[in-house]
Amino acid sequence: MTLLEFSRGTMLHIALIVFVFGVLWRLVTTFMLGWRKRKSEWRTSAADSAVKGAIAVGNRSWPHPEFLNRTAFGEAVGYGYHIGLFAIVLLGAPHVVFWKNLFGINAAWWPTIPSGIISVVSVVTIFLLLIATIRRYMHPPLRRISNFDDWFTLVILFALMITGVMAVFGIGGRYELILAAHIIAFNVLLIWFPFSKLMHAFYILPARFFIGYTHAKKGAST
Amino acid sequence: MNTATQTYSGKAAAEDRLSPSEREERAMAEFAHHFGAYTATNLESCIHCGMCADACHYYIATEDPKYTPILKAEPFKQAYRRESGAFAPFFKLFGLKKKVTTEQLEEWQELLFDSCSQCGRCSLICPMGIEVAEMIEIGRRGMAAAGLAPKPLMDRARHQAETGQPEESDRPYSEVLQDIARDHDLDVALDKEKADILLCLPRTDLEQNPESVAAMIKIFNKLGVSYTFRSDALIAENYGYYAGSRGLQKRITKRITDAAKKLGAKLVIVPECGHAYTALRWQAAEILGEELPFRVRHVTEFLAEQLETGKLKLSKVNGESFAFHDPCQLVRKGGIVDAPRQLMDAMGLNLLEMHNKKGFSFCCGGGGGVNDLDSARELRSRAQQLKLREIDDTGAKRFLTSCSDCRVSFNEAGEHYDWNKKTESLIELVATQIKE
Repeated sequence: MTLLEFSRGTMLHIALIVFVFGVLWRLVTTFMLGWRKRKSEWRTSAADSAVKGAIAVGNRSWPHPEFLNRTAFGEAVGYGYHIGLFAIVLLGAPHVVFWKNLFGINAAWWPTIPSGIISVVSVVTIFLLLIATIRRYMHPPLRRISNFDDWFTLVILFALMITGVMAVFGIGGRYELILAAHIIAFNVLLIWFPFSKLMHAFYILPARFFIGYTHAKKGAST
Repeated sequence: MNTATQTYSGKAAAEDRLSPSEREERAMAEFAHHFGAYTATNLESCIHCGMCADACHYYIATEDPKYTPILKAEPFKQAYRRESGAFAPFFKLFGLKKKVTTEQLEEWQELLFDSCSQCGRCSLICPMGIEVAEMIEIGRRGMAAAGLAPKPLMDRARHQAETGQPEESDRPYSEVLQDIARDHDLDVALDKEKADILLCLPRTDLEQNPESVAAMIKIFNKLGVSYTFRSDALIAENYGYYAGSRGLQKRITKRITDAAKKLGAKLVIVPECGHAYTALRWQAAEILGEELPFRVRHVTEFLAEQLETGKLKLSKVNGESFAFHDPCQLVRKGGIVDAPRQLMDAMGLNLLEMHNKKGFSFCCGGGGGVNDLDSARELRSRAQQLKLREIDDTGAKRFLTSCSDCRVSFNEAGEHYDWNKKTESLIELVATQIKE
């Protein structure tokens, strides 16, 4: 078995199992901790609060103007690399083929972005990730609260992005080896995912909903 | 820029006889009480983006990263990850999450008490929707259980739970209340056996702002409603809440709720005090574990209702311009945004809003018991400076608020910075403008 076969065979399957069960375990153990029934007299009904919770899920995606003068740069960089990553992973032609094979689907409708554009997006995304990393190190509050989770996640993302770009541009050695390294980095990301801050991809919806819901019940600002 | 770090070890701690292991066990037991799906979702969601620092007046004023709000919740977060998180056994087995130690708790005292006014602005900025302020509040509760809450707060909480007053006074506050009424030629309803409304007062008003106390009496007399003050439930502040002690908060809360039940009151009116509102309106039923048989309203909410029904009529003030400070507990965390503005509108005030207004208002710098801590004075002053600048930027000639604790903070700041404005009470203005 070659390294490439291992990376997209056995290792990928193990990584997917860890990812799926790890994510489920983390979510289930969180939500199984129980809910306290609140007894105060609320300002809004449960249904209205739920609507406001749903609104908060969307609203929190955009910073309040009152905070923008302090947060605009960090937000722009954060949005930039998230959009870049999503575009590459979901709309890059080699990745679309990968997903179709993985899920065994023939989704002819699945659009792709031309490879030239994806290459530019990839380089820009690496650049933005670099800025985010430097900022994490330079910005005092960010540096103070950063831990292993933050740095290791960045290391994996860089490994993933750089091996991807190397594979596309054909630099750094044999294509099969670089591609294997790229897939191994992806597998490591999948395995690391349930244990790390990457779980925010799943927690973001309930966390925003809960604050919107509970604040609506008090009439508090969201 | 660094600011002085305060700790309450030894004699400055509320309870200096506990061993480190006892402190740790008590803190852990208190933290465990708060492990639930809601708090877990909050704790699991943090992406360490640091944006909460950009909402905190203490960080903005000092640029010291230790004031990053989510960092203040670290002991609780750490306890959760080690004891209750999805991978707690794994973290424990491999020693990946250390036990919360007494040294760590002592290090966090300043962050949880001196440098957090529980204003909740951090909860508003978080892109993940984490209720950061509540996580910090739980941190305080752990600290109080460990006997590491600041002595000034805990001593007052104990005294209030025992006697109804946070501190000894020359005379009982009920006598002070009667004197104020007499000095203003007002009849005051005190210790009636039955009444529809139970009124409470901020101790700071009884001691420092008798005009505000007189204003409350005048307004309620004028409205002709069935009300009473009670000697055994007069003080609105809850030092148990400030100190983070669930037990003492509950006992202090019960003084008021029991008095209201005994009276058969339909309504308890919280005076101009933000934290008293949070303690009674949102936390009383939770901490007592029962629905309250009466409503709780802030005085401005109640008066806005009276305005709407035509029972309260106000005359217009002259054309002077006013700025208004939105107290955090009432507005951002309590939802009372419109009521004070309805009252100001009815009085025809030329209200000049601050840049950060309503739910986004900056804290006065002294809420959450911070006003009571001498150790927090320097930090408080720096945060207050931000706020004074915003008020001045409105160009308003006069300045109003509806929280006595905020007034204490602004008065201190005014003196410190030789500020050219006096902090006025909205209720005093209403009492002045009430139509005969």
